[in-house]
Amino acid sequence: MAERTQLIHHYLRHNKKFPHVYCAGCGHGIALGSLIRSVHALGWSKDEVVMVAGIGCSGRMAVYVDFNTVHAVHGRALTIATGIKLSNPNLKVIVVMGDGDALSIGGNHFIHAARRNIGLSVLVLNNNIYGMTGGQCSSTTPLGATTTTTPFGQMEKSFDLVELAAAAGANYVARASAFHAQGMDKLMQATFTHRGFSLLEVVSPCHTQYGRKNKFKTVVDMYRWLKESATPLEQYRKLSAEKAKGRIPLGVFVDRDEPSLEERYADLRADQTAQAGRR
Amino acid sequence: MAKPKKKSGREIFALGAEAVVEGALLAGCSFYAGYPITPSSEIMEGMASRLPGTSDGVFVQMEDEIASMGAVIGASLAGRKAMTATSGPGFSLMQEFIGYGCMIEAPLVIVNVMRGGPSTGLPTSPAQADVQQARWGTHGDHSVIVLSASDVQECLAMTVTAFNFAERYRTPVILLLDEITAHTREKITVPTPDSFEILYRLQPSMPPEWYKPFEETVRGVPPMPPLGAGYRYHVTGLTHDPLGFPTQRPDEIVALLERQFRKIDQFFFDIQLADEIETADAEIVVVAYGSVARSAQLAVAQAREKGVKAGLLKLKTLFPFPRTKLERLAPHCKILVVPEMNMGQMSREVKRVNTGQFAVRTINRVDGQIITPAEILKVLRRR
Amino acid sequence: MSKKKGQSKVTVYPDWCKGCGLCAAFCPAKVLEIGADGKARAVREEDCVDCGFCELHCPDFAILVTPKDKSRRKDNHVVPAARE
Repeated sequence: MAERTQLIHHYLRHNKKFPHVYCAGCGHGIALGSLIRSVHALGWSKDEVVMVAGIGCSGRMAVYVDFNTVHAVHGRALTIATGIKLSNPNLKVIVVMGDGDALSIGGNHFIHAARRNIGLSVLVLNNNIYGMTGGQCSSTTPLGATTTTTPFGQMEKSFDLVELAAAAGANYVARASAFHAQGMDKLMQATFTHRGFSLLEVVSPCHTQYGRKNKFKTVVDMYRWLKESATPLEQYRKLSAEKAKGRIPLGVFVDRDEPSLEERYADLRADQTAQAGRR
Repeated sequence: MAKPKKKSGREIFALGAEAVVEGALLAGCSFYAGYPITPSSEIMEGMASRLPGTSDGVFVQMEDEIASMGAVIGASLAGRKAMTATSGPGFSLMQEFIGYGCMIEAPLVIVNVMRGGPSTGLPTSPAQADVQQARWGTHGDHSVIVLSASDVQECLAMTVTAFNFAERYRTPVILLLDEITAHTREKITVPTPDSFEILYRLQPSMPPEWYKPFEETVRGVPPMPPLGAGYRYHVTGLTHDPLGFPTQRPDEIVALLERQFRKIDQFFFDIQLADEIETADAEIVVVAYGSVARSAQLAVAQAREKGVKAGLLKLKTLFPFPRTKLERLAPHCKILVVPEMNMGQMSREVKRVNTGQFAVRTINRVDGQIITPAEILKVLRRR
Repeated sequence: MSKKKGQSKVTVYPDWCKGCGLCAAFCPAKVLEIGADGKARAVREEDCVDCGFCELHCPDFAILVTPKDKSRRKDNHVVPAARE
């Protein structure tokens, strides 16, 4: 193996407190590692990367990395990122959100950012719970799960993030898991380089707030579950409905090549300028 | 600040909303994000047709007013002069991000064309009921600049001033118009770009490793580079230290908040803008802003004809409240009249700074109708 | 990537390790264990097959797997500086 850990250290802010704030075994740390490896593999400079994060556990990520970092208000990371990308399309804008951030309070921004196909690389770290605020249910908490606000079990159905983004018009939609870091690296690089709105959902176990209350004794048990239930998408599509139940398909769900909003806008401006020249 | 240096420019016949568009473009605004709402939509429509034809202008219609403010803040961070326009209900939705804008010290301009409220209220009728919301609408202690304009020419000039203040003080600036001002069409002069002083935010000249985005400076306003310029830093709505990272240290918390107040307070005399009309010897002075100030101006002229020593203090800066302008009236003026299209919001400020020199009379209308000169004249003539 | 046993050195930074146990649970060669101090440690380094799982999946960037023999280090083993 290459010396990946030392590479990661090069991208961290050395005056921040490490180890980071995440609980032992939190998938967010693995996703952060993958993010840094991907930025490095693409040869991007720290100066051209802008990370916009929301509020919650995922939002804490922005403090640690030595990019241009913006810690938004809850649910609104995509709106700020949209302003940044349209203002300077040369910047590589990475948006990091949690499930509550992206789909509950920020649900409207999420579907509209996907619809307008703005060129953002969007990571949703889905841990099925509100971690930072103490384990309340989110819009991806599975039916029946116990949380601090569903002490008798979740009664509402959960969102499928991938289906939602695909239906809303995202150009690229993929799902990775914290247990499959190598696969995540590949998908993340594709997410970062794909034109238009590109989404990567990262299934990220939270033992502290979710697992403990839902029959996972240790955080390792959650990763065992992830190892067993994760299925490559091609394989998943061949499964019968019965066998597919409870499985988590990983891979690329949508791969479109529509022009992004900032590209369309550049064309519009070129047209307008040409017209003004003729007048 | 926004006074033309010389009389030059082209004459147009424009709505107040269109004058805002002209002013914004003159001031160097190159980013607009918004959501349609009566009676402010003409500003948005104007920006939609004009910005794509400029060298780097960006227009985007967002999914709601929250998102509009988010995009404007993102654009501001990326180095743009950015604005949005809205009306009451949309302004309420923007409050969360207005606080964020104050906290991260993002220069930007918000135009609120006030309509009757509360709630959906009177979409097509004028009001001035968002005055205190403009000052205190977002949660937490914060400092902010609120401006106003009373006619179409002033809409243009005050928009330029709003951008200049935003850039100079690194702060959101709110321009409060009302439905009448925005929807009045009259002849104005669009000055040539070189006849205005246009300000830009301070840029850092130190090496990136020295740069502290929220550092104490003499003016209290740290330089602000655009994202991607080599000055990598952290931006957060959490209370932060001079480097921008979250802090819970009491000394750092108080330093941040005090600086954010002081950067505006210490330039109070540059910020407080008001026109004094026949106030030099006035015994009774009308304090008015927005479209009501035009009624007041006529009422004052009529009162003078009738031998009443009346004057008008037309407020262009609403917050920080221009109290010294009032104090200067005290030697000769005994009565202040505050007409406004609300239940008494600016009159609260007048009463707050009044230490007994003045008797304060209020005229309030909340029925979606303008306050007429006759109504004001009646109060001026009352002895 | 060599699958040969015993050619890698496994280093754990105990001050960054939070003892989650992922590395120990999923190491195919059972190289790592959680010690009495609650931190991961390499107890059977000679069995390491250099699969890299622990390094990639350590959420706290606290594990390094490096070749023992410095001459075996390829270019990609030299940490390139991050671009500013």
